[in-house]
Amino acid sequence: MKKKDKINYYKFPDKHGRFGKFGGRFVAETLMPLLLDVEKKYKEVKKSKEFKSELNYYFENYIGRPSPLYHAKRISKEIGDVKVYFKRDELNHTGAHKINNCVGQILLAKKMGKKRIVAETGAGQHGLATATVCALFNLKCVVYMGALDIERQAPNVFKMKLLGAEIIPVKSGTSTLKDAMNEALRDWVSNVKDTFYVIGTVAGPHPYPMMVRDFQSIIGIEAKKQILKIEKKLPDLLLACIGGGSNALGLFYPFLNNKNVEIIGIEAGGKGINSNMHAASLSRGKPGFLHGNYTYLLQNEEGQINDAHSISAGLDYPGIGPEHSWLKETGRVNYFSATDKEALNAFKICSKLEGIIPALEPSHALAYLLKNAQKFKKNQIIIMNMCGRGDKDIFSISDSLGVKI
Amino acid sequence: MQNRIDNKFLALKKINGKALVAFVTSGDPNQKISKKILNVLRNQKIDLIEIGFPFSDPMADGPTIQKSSQRAIKAGANIDSTFELVKNFRKNEEDIPIVLMGYFNPIFQYGLKDFFLKCSKVGIDGLIIVDLPPEEDHYINNYTKKYNVHNIRLLTPTTHKERLNKILQQTSGFLYYVSVMGITGTKKPSIIEVKKSVNKIRKISKLPICVGFGIKNKNQIQSLNKFSDGCVVGSAIVSFIEDYDKGKYSENQMLKNISDFLANLKK
Repeated sequence: MKKKDKINYYKFPDKHGRFGKFGGRFVAETLMPLLLDVEKKYKEVKKSKEFKSELNYYFENYIGRPSPLYHAKRISKEIGDVKVYFKRDELNHTGAHKINNCVGQILLAKKMGKKRIVAETGAGQHGLATATVCALFNLKCVVYMGALDIERQAPNVFKMKLLGAEIIPVKSGTSTLKDAMNEALRDWVSNVKDTFYVIGTVAGPHPYPMMVRDFQSIIGIEAKKQILKIEKKLPDLLLACIGGGSNALGLFYPFLNNKNVEIIGIEAGGKGINSNMHAASLSRGKPGFLHGNYTYLLQNEEGQINDAHSISAGLDYPGIGPEHSWLKETGRVNYFSATDKEALNAFKICSKLEGIIPALEPSHALAYLLKNAQKFKKNQIIIMNMCGRGDKDIFSISDSLGVKI
Repeated sequence: MQNRIDNKFLALKKINGKALVAFVTSGDPNQKISKKILNVLRNQKIDLIEIGFPFSDPMADGPTIQKSSQRAIKAGANIDSTFELVKNFRKNEEDIPIVLMGYFNPIFQYGLKDFFLKCSKVGIDGLIIVDLPPEEDHYINNYTKKYNVHNIRLLTPTTHKERLNKILQQTSGFLYYVSVMGITGTKKPSIIEVKKSVNKIRKISKLPICVGFGIKNKNQIQSLNKFSDGCVVGSAIVSFIEDYDKGKYSENQMLKNISDFLANLKK
């Protein structure tokens, strides 16, 4: 038996917030007491039946869960004799998987008596989901967004404002997602007493990577039940795109101990991973410390963080959740990448063949399937996380296709 | 374990003096001028110099020091150039303690052993790593002891009593009390609140306590020095470099402004 098959993946993170050597808690002292408090409260509510039933209530009645597991027949045929299922989290309220985590964290924030929520956002999906849930629970919402991303994602900015959120443009650093995260952390440090920071991905200091994973793992829990019902067996392959990695881990986590299920994550290859314009932290980065955790990062030799690039603002992040770094090193998950061009192509194919306009993020995962069609065995069952819909992307896509709308 | 930091605070105690700690970023706006700025600090008899080595993502810093880091990185500053800066400074100055302040990633990528070895070689006496809380300082504890570099910790308004004990375990040199909940150079500290906290810390620790974050003028320093062992001034100094960089005045004028500003604080 290989080492990766002996690991019980459900024993992580350990009590230090570590996945193997990755993760941990690397923040300024001001935040430490608060993080310890969040961890303690989270552990309490996790066990509470009342919290669980409240969470389930909003999952079902507000988000619209469970999301369907849909056999994408025409895409399957395009690839070959395989069965591709889309886990349709793009049908969730607000159009992506992000809201699963927002409901969870904001219910926790309420239990902690916090009155003000801050969040960072790149593509705007996490900001939108946070603003939505804050409107629902009547909490003040402040969203940090890179000045560049505000331009790229005008529809989401407008929606967030409608929902009552305050959008703060971030002009520091490179004006993108990583800087928005820096600013959100700075805000949190300055307002620790009344504020809760809702991190949108499985990164950040412990307990965030664990908490976000847990809230997102509803995706995989449902998918497992659904596939067992439809196919009477587990899938052969799971597939998801990765920026910070929350949709991927949400799907993967409930299958990690099912060692016969192969798992693949797809990073954003931008203009190619041999160029300097990509967001493939696992393929081209090395481990380091950013935003409170030890994980693979795009950085130079001196430990300064490099800019990421992706056509998809949601994947445009130079780091990755620490659990992914660990899953890479244990070999349990294999990570590859798809370029901007390949993702755009997959975007078009999916729209035409399935009548589903995917977000640019899952288009990366789909691109991998299309590109590697010859690798898959006959009747192989594949579940791909369709983690977001493409409405938010139509402007930037039409732009790159040279079409005016 | 004793070095320049301990000697400095002992000497100050004897004359009932208070430390004025000055912060600048290494290599801001460039290495050449950075050297001159350090000389200004020396000529003004600053008690302890805190040198920030730049990081692209300084999570605990306000806009002034963020921009300062970016200027320095752009001008080529890194850990080696920081060592060179200190080495150069030490040619003429043996006594003023030097503390490096920054974030963990650049140190880690440099290589911990090499980093500490060079710290001790060039004459660095203490280290403040903003994002390395006591829960994670196992990375450096052996090195700080071996190379006689103090691990100086930040205490904040959110640090409660049990935590204080944990923090004090691996701390030496002096304690840096962060006067506000927030980032550098933004909010003004409340003297009454800071006094309460500092007095609480005194009951548990014998280490000298310096207060920093948001300190910009002589009045604040005078009030804080009534109960602290010294004050740290950072963004207020760095903003002169920012103004110079924006072309508001000449290099010499900038050096003079820093000099005058510090002279006034020292009066």
